[in-house]
Amino acid sequence: MRRITLWLLSTLTALVLLFSYHTSTAGADTSGSSVVAVGGSSGGASGGGTTSSNSSGSSGSSGSASNSAQTYDGDATQTRWGLVQVQITVEGGKVTAADVLQVPMANHHDQQINSYAVPILNAEVVDAQNADIDMVSGATDTSEGYLSSLQSALDKAGL
Amino acid sequence: MTATAPVPPAAARRPSTRVWVEQVMGMPISVHVGGRTGQDVDIAVAQAFSHLQRVDAVFSTWRPDSDLERVRRGELAEEAGHPWLAEVRALCEEAQERTEGLFSASVGCCRTPHDPTGLVKGWAVEGAALLLSLPDGISYCLNAGGDILAGSSRGARPMAPWRVGIEDPRHRTRIAGTVELTAGAVATSGNAARGAHIRDPRTGERVERDGSATVTGPSLLWADVWATAAFVDPAAATAAMGRADAAYRCLVL
Repeated sequence: MRRITLWLLSTLTALVLLFSYHTSTAGADTSGSSVVAVGGSSGGASGGGTTSSNSSGSSGSSGSASNSAQTYDGDATQTRWGLVQVQITVEGGKVTAADVLQVPMANHHDQQINSYAVPILNAEVVDAQNADIDMVSGATDTSEGYLSSLQSALDKAGL
Repeated sequence: MTATAPVPPAAARRPSTRVWVEQVMGMPISVHVGGRTGQDVDIAVAQAFSHLQRVDAVFSTWRPDSDLERVRRGELAEEAGHPWLAEVRALCEEAQERTEGLFSASVGCCRTPHDPTGLVKGWAVEGAALLLSLPDGISYCLNAGGDILAGSSRGARPMAPWRVGIEDPRHRTRIAGTVELTAGAVATSGNAARGAHIRDPRTGERVERDGSATVTGPSLLWADVWATAAFVDPAAATAAMGRADAAYRCLVL
């Protein structure tokens, strides 16, 4: 019974989302700041079920009037499933939205969620020999041009 | 043109990936499939290629007997032809609207105005990818002449994202950038492979310049449309894209 209560308590602690909202009144910092704390410690009460993670938020991003909506990104936090990062929107001192910016790629469901994220173009010129790539995107190739193309070499490697 | 293109180590990273290549619609189409093997996977790949061949039979501007050519010559009413004709025409109109006139199926040469070629490829590859998604547990990446679409089917194990290199349009043995893709599209438009063939719908003139425009986003159809628009007018297309399709990103080289 005692174990269950402890477990419940620790689970609850893990679920509580604590945040404090602070609007800077001094002129030094106009961006505002916040602290997002997720979870607590599992206290060793039971083998599983809780995530032990602490994250402190940072980087208020937009807005200067205290009543307009402001968003705050929590620090990316390592959980047993992978990196998690959340963003909250604060309006008039209340949290009006919480969005997950980063979720782990641990299972297919997560992967489906992640797949909606926009792929990031990473512009950096490298020699094709040194580029660890699967496919080549370029101006529409012709059947004649294919034989001497880099894509043809990549395909051959898998054929 | 070097005869011996180097083989980067990507293949070593994916020992289980299988590759099919066929020439359809006048271009090479490569299909890479990872995850598992099986007769149903082979059948799905064959169906994907068959779909592209059927699209070619309906829309090819090189085949006098295609539905599109017969409509363009006035021998066939569009309503009497394949229902895809109307579907693609509607998509072309939507593309013209979304790109604020930077993409249009009604420019180009010759006698008849309607030429949906610029949109058909992306649309066709999306149809092929739907067929590839039927067998459970696979991840795939299609490359249709330089335009790429990746995805996975139900129950697929997570695998390392496909790494897509973007060809440097001025030095075609170099890679100007990379995109990591789990699901989604990369489309590139430019003159590097086929010479000046893209026209500015606002003037009807061919776009005579080097360089290329690459767009990434969820759908290959729209990435391809936006890449064409961005090659015609990078600044205007990027602005229009931000207004219409916030999920797409552009790299102009």
